Amino acid sequence: MKKIILITLLACSFPALADRLPMPGNAPASFKSECSSCHIAYQPALLAADDWRKLMAGLKDHFGSDAAVDSKTNLEITNFLTRNAGEVSRLGSAGNPPRITQTQRFVRKHREVPAKFWRDPRVKSAANCEACHRGAASGNYGEHDIAIPELRE
Amino acid sequence: MKAMTAAALLLASLTCHAETPQQVRQTYVTEALSQQSGFAPSAKRGEALFRQRFAINDKMPGCTSCHTDNPLQAGQHAVTGKSVRPLAVAANPERFSDPAKVEKWFGRNCKEVVGRACTPAEKADFVTYMSEVR
Repeated sequence: MKKIILITLLACSFPALADRLPMPGNAPASFKSECSSCHIAYQPALLAADDWRKLMAGLKDHFGSDAAVDSKTNLEITNFLTRNAGEVSRLGSAGNPPRITQTQRFVRKHREVPAKFWRDPRVKSAANCEACHRGAASGNYGEHDIAIPELRE
Repeated sequence: MKAMTAAALLLASLTCHAETPQQVRQTYVTEALSQQSGFAPSAKRGEALFRQRFAINDKMPGCTSCHTDNPLQAGQHAVTGKSVRPLAVAANPERFSDPAKVEKWFGRNCKEVVGRACTPAEKADFVTYMSEVR
């Protein structure tokens, strides 16, 4: 009996573990100031190193915005992102241009979210993690912590 | 030696430069005066600029697309949905206190929303409105 409880507890704790993506402690100040104005500072583990490189090489047209930074800052941010990047084997392809929301992992994790929730004005965009995951900026993507009550299913 | 001290002071001021919105405004006023004698900043013109619909960008036709009609309120990024802190100094004392940041965002937003760089006179007016609106 004790064993069953232990196994159950362990099984329950795994999804929670997988949904924690803490920001690495060595994030340069430029990463925060340049990458968290229009969207939250996405954790480097959300994309693979090659995809971060591609993204950082195309900041001049960053999903319709010119988000270019000087070359020194670009190198500093790229180094931080690629050093702490996620594993491509876990994330899957992110498309081109790479999007976190197109990685197979993201798609799989969100496959149960109905289309009308994505269109909700409080959500607006799949890039707006914080609309549902209020702890997203601090790396908490646990599904028990969804901010919009009617989306918490 | 004097030159070195001056250079060091300048360098220090560039790396970490906190100013008041009045100082930021004054920089733009001085710049505007060099192009247009007798220029005086106007909150009214600043407000008109804030409310203008430039409509060159579908998703962001004007400043209010993200910053809402009321600069004392928090806004929401028109594309990503991220919350944007108020523009008005009365509601957000951090606004217009870092000259490099102010230049960066005038640079990006004027290009994207207005469709061109903003003039020093427009920037002076805008900062005046945002500093005075209650």
